[in-house]
Amino acid sequence: MEMPTPSAAVLSNKDRIVKRLMEVLPSDAVIYAEEETRAYECDALTAYKCPPLCAVLPSNTQEVADVLKICHEETVPVVPRGSGTSLAGGALPTADCVILGVARMNDVLETNYEDRIIRVQTGRTNLSVTGAVEEDGFFYAPDPSSQLACAIAGNIAMNSGGAHCLKYGVTTNNLLGVTMVLMDGTVTKIGGAHMDAAGLDLLGLICGSEGQLGVVTEATLRILPKPEGARPILLGFDSNVVAGACVSDIIKAGVLPVAIEFMDKLVIEVAENFSGAGYPKCEALLIVEVEGSDAEIDDQLAKITEIAKRHNPVELRQSTSAEESAMIWLGRKSAFGAVGQINDYMCLDGTIPVSALPYVLKRTGELADQYGLQVGNVFHAGDGNMHPLVLFDANKDGDLELAEALGADILRLCVEVGGCLTGEHGVGVEKRDLMVDQYKPDDLEIQMQIKDVFDPKWLLNPAKVFPLASSASRRQPTEIAAE
Amino acid sequence: MFTPETEMEVADVIRSANNGLHVQGGGTRPIGVTNAQDVLSMRALSGIELYEPGALTLVAKAGTPISEINATLDEQGQMLAFEPIDHRVMLGTRGDPTIGGAVAGNVSGPRRITAGACRDFLLGVRFVDGRGRTLQNGGRVMKNVTGYDLVKLMAGSYGTLGAITEVSLKVLPKPETEATVFLTDVEPDQAVRVMSKAMNTPFDISGAFYGPFDRKETTKLCLRIEGRAISVKYRMDELMKLLSADGTPQVEADRDASQAIWADIRDMKMVSDAPFVARSSIRPSQATEFIQTQTRVCFARNYLDWAGGLVWTAASENDLAQNVTTAKDNAEALVLGAKRLIDATREAMSQYDGHTTLIKSPKDVRQTVQTFHPENDVVRSLAQNVRAEFDPRGILNPGLMD
Repeated sequence: MEMPTPSAAVLSNKDRIVKRLMEVLPSDAVIYAEEETRAYECDALTAYKCPPLCAVLPSNTQEVADVLKICHEETVPVVPRGSGTSLAGGALPTADCVILGVARMNDVLETNYEDRIIRVQTGRTNLSVTGAVEEDGFFYAPDPSSQLACAIAGNIAMNSGGAHCLKYGVTTNNLLGVTMVLMDGTVTKIGGAHMDAAGLDLLGLICGSEGQLGVVTEATLRILPKPEGARPILLGFDSNVVAGACVSDIIKAGVLPVAIEFMDKLVIEVAENFSGAGYPKCEALLIVEVEGSDAEIDDQLAKITEIAKRHNPVELRQSTSAEESAMIWLGRKSAFGAVGQINDYMCLDGTIPVSALPYVLKRTGELADQYGLQVGNVFHAGDGNMHPLVLFDANKDGDLELAEALGADILRLCVEVGGCLTGEHGVGVEKRDLMVDQYKPDDLEIQMQIKDVFDPKWLLNPAKVFPLASSASRRQPTEIAAE
Repeated sequence: MFTPETEMEVADVIRSANNGLHVQGGGTRPIGVTNAQDVLSMRALSGIELYEPGALTLVAKAGTPISEINATLDEQGQMLAFEPIDHRVMLGTRGDPTIGGAVAGNVSGPRRITAGACRDFLLGVRFVDGRGRTLQNGGRVMKNVTGYDLVKLMAGSYGTLGAITEVSLKVLPKPETEATVFLTDVEPDQAVRVMSKAMNTPFDISGAFYGPFDRKETTKLCLRIEGRAISVKYRMDELMKLLSADGTPQVEADRDASQAIWADIRDMKMVSDAPFVARSSIRPSQATEFIQTQTRVCFARNYLDWAGGLVWTAASENDLAQNVTTAKDNAEALVLGAKRLIDATREAMSQYDGHTTLIKSPKDVRQTVQTFHPENDVVRSLAQNVRAEFDPRGILNPGLMD
């Protein structure tokens, strides 16, 4: 992965920069020894690694502001980091950067059930946001599969989704306000606990900006009362096309499940062998989950069953208890781990119009054959968010590059049918160079102009989102100034 | 008036414009004032370009009338879930509201509280910015984090960043039926508490309204439930039990009658005669105090939507006149009274977390009072700089949001 040449000036000034950072932070919050900075050399996209200049772990907004002010003065790039679970290299360091980790900022600042909000420091993990309100019957809806580990900061940066966003939306739909620090150290509030913007919707712009516009230190999130219950139905089909048609028919019929998950043959077998969830041998499985009281659930599942039967399912298993629900979900929830046990894999994240599902699955198979690689599919079918898993062997020379090339072709296919490169993981470094396949030069230019407004020196999370060639003229003045 | 018929013509008009352009959809929501000399009407860019009911997706040109979109969706049992307000009722305007106008104003009705706002259903936009560039962001898929989210930014930008030419929307199935559970004569200081109690159940309340906040009249607290018949019945019964501690709950179980109740709430029909209307977005828990602070110093009548998160303030001519002590004639009294009321409302808001937008007032007031709530210095400067990137010459709706 091509990265910008690190600034020689920054590298040679490391001692001074570290010293200045230690003046504003407790000594254990600045990590600069080479053997220790290695812990921050990558995120969950482990194919790319680079230890940072140093890492800082501030405890509050003021400390973040102090750090950014120093980095701004010293023209040091800053890579904000939540829990480092990005699959797109969103927190990949450069050799001349300061990693700004928010892990120590994990307090709940306020919960208010009359306003149905929770205000947290953004280092708090996604699941522990729900944890803080669960006993009172509430939950925080976006549920990325890394929710045990991933931080709200990263969720906001990537506008994370999850399995249940068909009903509840993604992060941006559940974020009401932030406290944010700009690169020059200015602290500002955007939004609050109310439901819409006073002027331009800058909050909507910040969510999903991959940490390039500012560092979000506090967030006000919408919380919802827990549903009375939820139960899935498992549907097996002997072709992907039929499963795809069934998804479309369920949606058209006016039933709005909270989740519709899809697994193809490869993933079904691997997940079954791993978990023993009792999945049938078939080409495609759907897990459709609905919520409500028992009677409401039965009513919706009956309707879904009626629709599914028109498509001659080879399996139709309706959960009638918590245990049965857990069994149905078991294989799906362990699918990624199960595939990881038998192979190295790259997880893609393209999104397509649901109507293009059969074509995209067929074409993905053909592309995989051309490359001589295998691709498994497990994804959120209700919203068209695909997760093709490209299997490869990391120990085999050239296999990673081959997998990346196949991955890029699959993502181009998603764009070609009217979809996009990434539905919930973000661009990061991974898909940076594919942005030109989705956007015309002017469409990228206007996004870079926004970056100019928030971070004129282009120091925040460098070398992500935009192809290096597109952003070169904006980054170079900074690099020259630093030399 | 320019009435381009294609996106390319829109770009031509903007590129060659020497004067400010007032970007307009159906012209039914004249909120705020611009000092533009010419009108750029988007009405001729009309038509639904793609509709896939199975993918819950609709793409339409900006000038497409909302009535046409509603009719098309209705045939497939679907709807625009953000329930756009028909501002003709409140503002007494004529014409056909367009989808582009609804998006430009992020116009969202009572269902915003659970389903989300217009911006939450906007999947993609195409627009021509002030430099005359034809741009697009987002797309037609439901999950998209590819690059910065200019889609949300464009929603609610009131045409100041670009003239929206095409929008792509997520639509939702229309509920099979609906019902309204209501209570009368709930004390104003109890209203938010009662609505909150209902909202905090798992019964998926899709509307929570209370008003007027005025003891001289009968107040009504309305809660809407939507969904499949069996489910609506169940939740209605549960809600009646829950609310029996707060009065004598009644129910409107007829779908059409319930829909009529919520259409009136959406359009705020009860204030259509008022010469002054403002809306404030606030934390529900602060709404009661906010209104009390405001009405201690001014005459007005308030209503709560979004379970207290949205406060509609209306004033009659009589209210406005009573808000000033000296005026040379009736017309001046209305102007001064309206100014006094919006100032007092924003003064009250300064103690809380939220903002107030002026929706309707005498013309002289609109020209001298800021339509949108003043923001803090950092946000104002960021917003101005963002606008300058899109429209460096300041020709799109100049003055509207500055």
